[in-house]
Amino acid sequence: MSNVGIVIVSHSPLVAEGTADMVRQMVGDEVPLAWCGGNGHGGLGTSVEAIMDAIDKAWSEAGVAILVDLGGAETNSEMAVEMIGEPRSHRIVVCNAPIVEGAVMAATESSGGASLKEVVATAHELSPA
Amino acid sequence: MAAADFSRLITAAADTIAAHAEELTALDQAIGDGDHGLNMKRGFEAVRAEADAFSAKPLPEALKAVGTKLVMTVGGASGPLFGTLFMALGKDLPAAPDRNGLAAALGKAIEAVAARGKSQVGQKTMLDVLQPVYEALTQGKTATEIVDAADKAAEATVPMKALRGRASFLAERSIGHMDAGARSTALLVRAVAEAIEDH
Repeated sequence: MSNVGIVIVSHSPLVAEGTADMVRQMVGDEVPLAWCGGNGHGGLGTSVEAIMDAIDKAWSEAGVAILVDLGGAETNSEMAVEMIGEPRSHRIVVCNAPIVEGAVMAATESSGGASLKEVVATAHELSPA
Repeated sequence: MAAADFSRLITAAADTIAAHAEELTALDQAIGDGDHGLNMKRGFEAVRAEADAFSAKPLPEALKAVGTKLVMTVGGASGPLFGTLFMALGKDLPAAPDRNGLAAALGKAIEAVAARGKSQVGQKTMLDVLQPVYEALTQGKTATEIVDAADKAAEATVPMKALRGRASFLAERSIGHMDAGARSTALLVRAVAEAIEDH
């Protein structure tokens, strides 16, 4: 699949999974999609390892857009991208957008075959400048 | 640095985090999400479990291995922040650093942590301890003075208003509590300084 992959990273596995459900229902299976949530020890939080796994799962040659909730999810996602390293890291972007709306809009854009840059720009439009 | 020395530093760091885990959790409960002590303890115990393997590496590689382990095991936002500190130190430290080499590497590591957390000094974070430690190092202070500077710097985060991390959601209400990450950083500085001094 050459559509841009979408990764959803929330502190809560319920939020992440629910967001992924919404994406699937609204956008279908045309987009590589993965989610992760929770600290890996049963609590709320995010795990770099789980984010790296999710990126692998949603990997596309067209790149991957990551949607996050609170600050720690962003920090951990950026760390995961760095640890994945070049050359793949150049094709992974952590989006500045609300997680649910961002994931749905980014996936919709991706399902139409848009580039990573276009997918990310669509998600960013949701954030106040 | 000899393998036994690095192993001693790891043990000292893990010991102090374990001994203060409840205190760190209490600090984090006041203005964060209350997982800092447990998270740091889990991370440093994971590092301790591999102390022999890490210590067998050249110092820069050993520090990178510690940082990577912390990233993978601490969880929360502290994992990438403390992990980045050690990984960046490993990147810039020579195999046998003198004080200037250490100070230069710490300066770079502080920049890396600031970039990772999109933060700067004065925002009630671990940077508020790292920066004075760096300055004390460059000013030729003794180990005791450096430890003292770190403790005072952690204490000085009490009246600050948090601008980063979950504590920033509390804004004014974050004032009056010590930042948990600043306290952990001061504890680590003391542990490492004392372990080096005792040698």
